[in-house]
Amino acid sequence: MSVPRATERRSSWILRLHTLLIYSFLYAPIVVLVLFSFNTDRRNAAWQGFTLEWYVSLFHNETVLRALGNSLKVGLCATFFATLIGSLAALGLARYQFKGRNLLGSLVFVPLVVPEIVMGISILTLFLSLGIRLSLVTVIMAHIAFCISYVTITVRTRLAGLDPALEEAAADLGATRWEAFIYVTLPQILPGIISGALLCFTISFDDFVITFFNAGVGSGTLPMAIHSMLKFGITPEINAISTIMLVCTIGSMIIYSLIGRGKSKK
Amino acid sequence: MGSKEDEITITNAKEGTMEPDGLEVSSKPAMLAASGPQSSACPSDSPGQEQSCQSGSGSTSKSAPTPIKPVKQLDKRLIGVLLVAPFVLYICTFFLLPLISVVSMSTHSINDDYMLTNIRTLSNFRSVVNAENLPVLLRSAKYALCTTCLCLFLGYPLAWYIARYGGRYKPVLLILVMLPFWTSYLIRIFAWMTILQTEGLLNTLLLNIGLISQPLDMLNTPFSVILGLTYGFLPFAILPLYVSLEKLDDSLMEAAADLGAPPWEAFTKVVLPLSLPGVISACLLTFVPAMGDFVTPEILGGVDTMMIGNLIQQQYLGFFNWPLGSALSLVLMGLMLCSILVFLKMSNSMESLA
Repeated sequence: MSVPRATERRSSWILRLHTLLIYSFLYAPIVVLVLFSFNTDRRNAAWQGFTLEWYVSLFHNETVLRALGNSLKVGLCATFFATLIGSLAALGLARYQFKGRNLLGSLVFVPLVVPEIVMGISILTLFLSLGIRLSLVTVIMAHIAFCISYVTITVRTRLAGLDPALEEAAADLGATRWEAFIYVTLPQILPGIISGALLCFTISFDDFVITFFNAGVGSGTLPMAIHSMLKFGITPEINAISTIMLVCTIGSMIIYSLIGRGKSKK
Repeated sequence: MGSKEDEITITNAKEGTMEPDGLEVSSKPAMLAASGPQSSACPSDSPGQEQSCQSGSGSTSKSAPTPIKPVKQLDKRLIGVLLVAPFVLYICTFFLLPLISVVSMSTHSINDDYMLTNIRTLSNFRSVVNAENLPVLLRSAKYALCTTCLCLFLGYPLAWYIARYGGRYKPVLLILVMLPFWTSYLIRIFAWMTILQTEGLLNTLLLNIGLISQPLDMLNTPFSVILGLTYGFLPFAILPLYVSLEKLDDSLMEAAADLGAPPWEAFTKVVLPLSLPGVISACLLTFVPAMGDFVTPEILGGVDTMMIGNLIQQQYLGFFNWPLGSALSLVLMGLMLCSILVFLKMSNSMESLA
């Protein structure tokens, strides 16, 4: 290297500092948010002392509890249907030949690239045009729409790593196609299905924009509760709900990546 | 069973339009749907069916060389179609149909009581660019542009650092970049609200240091909105930049240095041109979502920092002017599509230059 060492060292110092600053930029708000959920100061301005008061008051807040119930209902229903439909499609795409398979393979990515606001608004317009009243059901239907693809992609990746010869061996040994699926294929793709479902639940649980446009009165989820609480000013309770949501999301993403790692180790 | 058959017909009809041999298109799907259920009972008896078999497997047979008898092939295809049918149906219902209804809604007109009438008009699109709404459109583009530039300037050195000096920590560093993306966007933006508010952390900090004597009003300003957007979309910029920088060969830099190029010149003449595809994807991945963002201006912004997303929401849920809201949504989609095409065109011309 003919680059002067001093220059090199100086620029690498600047780079390192920049990296540190960017990571702080990315994480500082989240750390502050979590810290201040344990802060006695109501104004969120300075640290005054540790308390669990805000978490306790959450459990007496009926709006929040109802929103949590809605979030769980929506998340579970959307996850169930999206996982079912998405896994079937992954199976069809990975194991069967039919016309338009390639076209469908790219159709899978459509829900991932359509901007949230466009999706929220257009599904709302569909419901409005058909005269369907907004409720928890409309929220679930919209959530399924943007969750399916995540399952299909996750399960398809898993299937792609499987040797089709295994199923053929099962068939050669006298198993029907159904038996081969239940005893050979399904156990092997189950981790993929579970991690797809986890991803679905996380995305559904966190979604705000699409829910915002498709929820009726009384069918608000947790992010919507946060949004409407914000309108009345910032309180540490919002920090507390947010912290709980962050823990759920990060926890399920860790489980998700652990399942994924189990696959690559095999 | 009747509904299942319909699904097959829909799937096939959709696929049929993609087939190059136009003459057979209309007959094939119907035939397949009609002969589907009993296909396992009567093996390939009609010549037409044989042909559709072959043409179906011809394009895709490379990936799966399973030696299955032709009798089973049609049966297998039917199962495949049945498996993907619910997916196709759902995606059509919740992506295609909504799009059609938005287009249809945008041509409706409303009367003085904000009720929909049956008179079709294009005046909604004229309202999109009127004195009230055009500034919002321009502002959205301006904010998105600022966000994109900031993300590039902040993200490029970081991507460079991870790609060059990351070593065995590369995966960890990348996961750390992506982790915030998996947490709720609303919550992350709310976190900024607590930091930026008048009695918030940043003002308290600045007052204590003595840098300012009066708390600054940082919320509801272009500053807070662009900051929030940059924060939200920075990971999207870092990843493609990292991918393009990771591919760069170290020896190129060394060669430039050996040939007497100072580091800055080596960067502008060697590294930057080679990483341009990554830069363009980074632009695409930040500009398009930033322009359509709704949460950031909703939470960190005010009336003066409204973006298209907020305008659409206001028309829909505030004024109940669904037709204008739909027209605005279509314009937003058009703008997004145009910017995607421009970026793609740029990356294509980049490739042909290289």
